Amino acid sequence: MTKLKPWISLGGIGVFAFLLLGVAPLVLTDHWINNLGKYCCWAIVAVGIGLAWGRGGMLVMGQGVFFALGAYAMAMHLTLETAGDRIPGFMVLYDPLAPLPAFWEPFRSAGFTLLAIVLLPVIVSGILGYALFKRRVKGAYFAILSQALAVALATLISSTIRQTGGDTGLSDFKYFFGFVLNDPANKLLVYLIAAGLLVVCLLAVWQLYRSRFGELLVATRDAEERVRFLGYDPANVKLVAFVASALMASIGGAMFVPIVGIITPAEIGAAASILMIAGVALGGRASLFGPALGAMAVGWGQSSLGSTWPDGWTYILGLLFIVVILFLPNGLSSLPARFAAARRSPAPPPPTPAAAAAELEGVRS
Amino acid sequence: MTDASLIVTDLHVEFSGFVAVGGVSFDAHPGEVRFLIGPNGAGKTTCIDAITGLSRATGSARLGDRELLGTPVHKIVRLGIGRTFQTASVFDELTVLQNLDIAAGRHRPWTSLLRTRRGVDPSIERALEETGLTAELATPAGILSHGQKQWLEIAMLLVQDAKVLLLDEPVAGMSQDERTATGELLQRIAAKRIVLVVEHDMDFMRRFATRVTVLHQGKVLSQGTVAEVQADPKVQEVYLGTAGAATTAAMAVVPETVAAMHQPEEN
Ligand SMILES: Nc1ncnc2c1ncn2[C@@H]1O[C@H](COP(=O)(O)OP(=O)(O)O)[C@@H](O)[C@H]1O
Ligand SMILES: [Mg+2]
Repeated sequence: MTKLKPWISLGGIGVFAFLLLGVAPLVLTDHWINNLGKYCCWAIVAVGIGLAWGRGGMLVMGQGVFFALGAYAMAMHLTLETAGDRIPGFMVLYDPLAPLPAFWEPFRSAGFTLLAIVLLPVIVSGILGYALFKRRVKGAYFAILSQALAVALATLISSTIRQTGGDTGLSDFKYFFGFVLNDPANKLLVYLIAAGLLVVCLLAVWQLYRSRFGELLVATRDAEERVRFLGYDPANVKLVAFVASALMASIGGAMFVPIVGIITPAEIGAAASILMIAGVALGGRASLFGPALGAMAVGWGQSSLGSTWPDGWTYILGLLFIVVILFLPNGLSSLPARFAAARRSPAPPPPTPAAAAAELEGVRS
Repeated sequence: MTDASLIVTDLHVEFSGFVAVGGVSFDAHPGEVRFLIGPNGAGKTTCIDAITGLSRATGSARLGDRELLGTPVHKIVRLGIGRTFQTASVFDELTVLQNLDIAAGRHRPWTSLLRTRRGVDPSIERALEETGLTAELATPAGILSHGQKQWLEIAMLLVQDAKVLLLDEPVAGMSQDERTATGELLQRIAAKRIVLVVEHDMDFMRRFATRVTVLHQGKVLSQGTVAEVQADPKVQEVYLGTAGAATTAAMAVVPETVAAMHQPEEN
């Protein structure tokens, strides 16, 4: 049974991939394909959050930071590609003679941009994680710190309108690595890349979860001190998961840009970072599919209900969140197991003598 | 390495001014089941914390010629010192096999982490047999009985190949039969290792200890064989006069014959 389980999950990924890459392009309109692409980007971020938070116990409330690194790297490249030899339009708006800021220059190169999307989050999360985990910063402190970073980065971008586009963000991309973005065929291509990357991320965590590392990560989450006394450094274990989750957030951010066509600080700040977590919590943070499906569901709610009935959507999301936290701490993906367990044993098992004895012992000492 | 002894001299641990351990000395040698007893708050756990690098301490704790105080936790582990915690701390969501596999991992190259486990390490099989957990191989540790969890912790120390086992209340919450089994297990594994058991259960101590150190308010109250310690008027005073009264009274009532009756049928 336990031997079989990983292979069932692999089959699940196969079905998921078939639906996303095979069925969706045939049955969905261009508009919905584009939306689905956006959900895929959030789902990629969510898979990483599931790894860091669900399996690793690190409440990453600031994934917007890494989302931003990928998104802005991509957006700068696409902006430059669109501008061609000229200075990007928004910069000329403020100062017709403004030179291109030095940090923009390397993003002309497609290779550099792709490398940056991968390396920037790895370097930043590596340094950050090392500093925090070695100092044994965890729990609420870690969550607040990561959230504060997202706020800080969003504020920084807002306040540097001449260099980064500020609150208006970067938009109006015409090309994506040589492809004209207006062309529906190319939009489909971009969607397929995002969906494909989501499948790759799922496969990566699938292998990670069934490897010894996955077991060690869960062990570190549940009893960090015990892991330390078995001769491991829990900081290193957490660091690997944290860096991987940052990389996924960056990839999600990078694909978000050509699909949605605009990136602003609002997509990376506190509210956006929390929304990324919300989907993961709804779906089930420690499960394989829960984070991705949860994020897609929240994304769908956000873009359909959220635009037609914004007030109602906020309440619905809040209510859903409370219900899940109260009754389904392991998210919606734990529902089937709950039902199965409820059918097998309707009443909770009586306390075992050993447990009772332990309680007695506790009273006595 | 195995015949090195653990020698603790003049151990001091302070928590912001409060002296939890104030000048404790004792030693433990391979081949004996060494007990550290005392009423709650005596400083027993703090002694183990100090030896394993969890609490800062002054004085000295040596394994052979290695000074342990001031050595980082992971180096202490590498010297072959393993410990359990007062509240059984196993990885609840992982199976018994997975728990033991992680404990065995210290000796493997880190690249093996990325792969999936195939088969069961011989060291794990041996530890499972030793602790009687073979049938629970695939059971999640969280649903093991209280006693089994503590055995799993001991099994983890065995696959870790610890030379020194520091066990913090290993029989707390166990039934009489389980206590007997644990005591015999400790006697078996102590043959080639240093085993130091922290307890406040006098009956268990009486049946399985070779030598005992009694702590009281961070100081050594008495030291010696079980008989010597029990005859010590200071020990009787502490145990009869304070919170430990119930335990000692119980101990006085439990005669050796009852303990004998609880020997398991096998071996
Ligand atoms: N981390 C700590 N901070 C402050 N006081 C502590 C700490 N750990 C233990 N103590 C105190 O030190 C004393 C000894 O505790 P402990 O070693 O746990 O006793 P025992 O294990 O013998 O029951 C107690 O009074 C306890 O309150
Ligand atoms: Mg204690």
